[in-house]
Amino acid sequence: MSKATLERGLNALREEIDAPVAAFFSSCVNCGLCAEACLFYTETGDPRYTPINKLEPLRRIWEQEFTLWGRIKKALGLAQPVTDELLQEWEPLVYDACSLCGRCSMVCPVGNDIAYMIRKEREGFVASGNAPEGMKGASTRAIKVGSPMGVKFHAVQAQIRHIEADTGLEVPVDVEGADYLALLSSMEIMNFPEYIEALARIFKQAGVSWTLCSEAFEATNAGIQIGSSDIAAELVERVVKGAEKLKVKYVISPECGHAYTAIRWEGPNLIGRRYPFKVVHILELLDELRAAGRLKTQGMDEARLTFHDPCQIVRKGGVLEPPRNLLKQVASNFVEMSDHREMNWCCGGGGGVSANERADELRLKVFARKKSQLDELNVDKLVTACANCRLMLEDGLEEYRVELPVVGLTEMLAEHLVEDNE
Amino acid sequence: MSSPIDFLLWVKGPAFDIALAVFVIGIVVRLLEIVLLGRKQDLAEPKGEEFGPGLRTIVTRTLPEAGSFKQSPFTVIGGYIWHIGFLICLLFFVPHIELLHSVLGIKWPGLSNHIVDAVAVVTMATLVAMLIDRITHSVKRFLSGPEDYLVWLAAFLPIMTGYLAYHRVLVPYPLVLGIHILSIEFLMVLFPFTKLMHTFTFPLARWYNGAMAGRRGVQS
Repeated sequence: MSKATLERGLNALREEIDAPVAAFFSSCVNCGLCAEACLFYTETGDPRYTPINKLEPLRRIWEQEFTLWGRIKKALGLAQPVTDELLQEWEPLVYDACSLCGRCSMVCPVGNDIAYMIRKEREGFVASGNAPEGMKGASTRAIKVGSPMGVKFHAVQAQIRHIEADTGLEVPVDVEGADYLALLSSMEIMNFPEYIEALARIFKQAGVSWTLCSEAFEATNAGIQIGSSDIAAELVERVVKGAEKLKVKYVISPECGHAYTAIRWEGPNLIGRRYPFKVVHILELLDELRAAGRLKTQGMDEARLTFHDPCQIVRKGGVLEPPRNLLKQVASNFVEMSDHREMNWCCGGGGGVSANERADELRLKVFARKKSQLDELNVDKLVTACANCRLMLEDGLEEYRVELPVVGLTEMLAEHLVEDNE
Repeated sequence: MSSPIDFLLWVKGPAFDIALAVFVIGIVVRLLEIVLLGRKQDLAEPKGEEFGPGLRTIVTRTLPEAGSFKQSPFTVIGGYIWHIGFLICLLFFVPHIELLHSVLGIKWPGLSNHIVDAVAVVTMATLVAMLIDRITHSVKRFLSGPEDYLVWLAAFLPIMTGYLAYHRVLVPYPLVLGIHILSIEFLMVLFPFTKLMHTFTFPLARWYNGAMAGRRGVQS
């Protein structure tokens, strides 16, 4: 990261202001309804965590520099400037107390997309040097090592060797001309290698031509989370280069929420060009295979279970039906949470909160929201489709001393696979 | 301004012209300031449409999301009552319709004075209750600055002075009618400079929200 200064931060904020931002700020009447949509407010009662309040630095720049009246007030010395002190004070609100889950954007009566603006505001915080150490570290590792957790490809190779020895299946690497390039998240490589095994088994059965890429295996994007378009673009570019080199038709975003946002929605805009391939989320691909009769499963899980919607995949990603369709194929007792689909509550660790140790205490406190949703259902199993959500759910459940297994949907499907080897 | 009649004539004449000019030019400038900023072309392959979902969000956000309503019923219901009450007083009080007819050349049926009178009372009571809520509710008090209270006053005064004028509470009548019209002018002049602008910008905000979500295959 180049040297961060207040001036660079203010410039970054200025660059982020567009017509939607101006329309949103012009429309806010401080009704406070967004507070009740945010788990950081509902679980703490702290009004500072009201979503729209987290945007005060960006709002000041908009008012003072993008409205005639604001410019007049500023010229008369009636405006409160955006200072380093203000950014320092707001940093924990913007990073520790916002998971970019976008729930507030669904309830604002005037239609403000608050999460859209927080993502933009973070650009100014990074450029001015006001970002949490944990996230700075993750971003630096992502650029220098290739993964926010410092995972290198030989760690992937080690997992591949285990999987190949256990299953007798081949995990293809660097296969030119394969149809699909599968990306992974560091958390899957280190914590949930079952995901890689599940891919190998499902794709074998369904006859999907796929590969991993040794130069572009990491799907997560610390740049998106911390709010640095430069870093984010470099990480996206790696994937694009890998996909172009192997001439794949599709890139598969793994069970990771923000990775999907990064590669599917922000990616082409970050690098400034359209992709020569399509991006699909693993659940979208699996649902296509299911619909085509290529995903054959047997047996039903009879446990009472529910699905935690990862915000970036569902509310911000539009992958609404695939997880339901897939779950119904293998679970006979699937129940929905009180707020689900696009109104689901976040696990508390999205948007980089999980990479920011300073936020741990707050994150575990606001997990009470997810716990109360689960308490209402009395389920025996919790299914999700994001490695980060999964880790956060396990962490939260442990903190609240709840015994509840958390499983990934892809892995669950693989367990029910018919392996007919025809 | 030697007499109440002079005052009334000034308020209805030059003062109104100034207020109207500030109101119209100010709003046009504000709207241009927004739309001229534009937004970058989105290069990501869309999953859904922008236009239709955007229009739908303009309509659907008129109703509260279920959870918000459960958590903040007063904010939601109070908001409906006073906005609708204000519009009824503005658009369905017979003297207002006659005034608008003389200016715009179009007219529509009004409501009986008794009904508008009752609506005005309910609207004022709701506005007072919402002011108390703003001062006592932890989130609203925290968010609120001088502008929030100023626009509250600007919305309250026209109803209150209209009520006083209708009931001939203050005399002489030309004075109280003049004050009523002045309060409208106060509201009009404040419009482009305050969050009263949401009256004109909320459809834009809702559209952008719905369009950006729609592109990702989500109805927001």
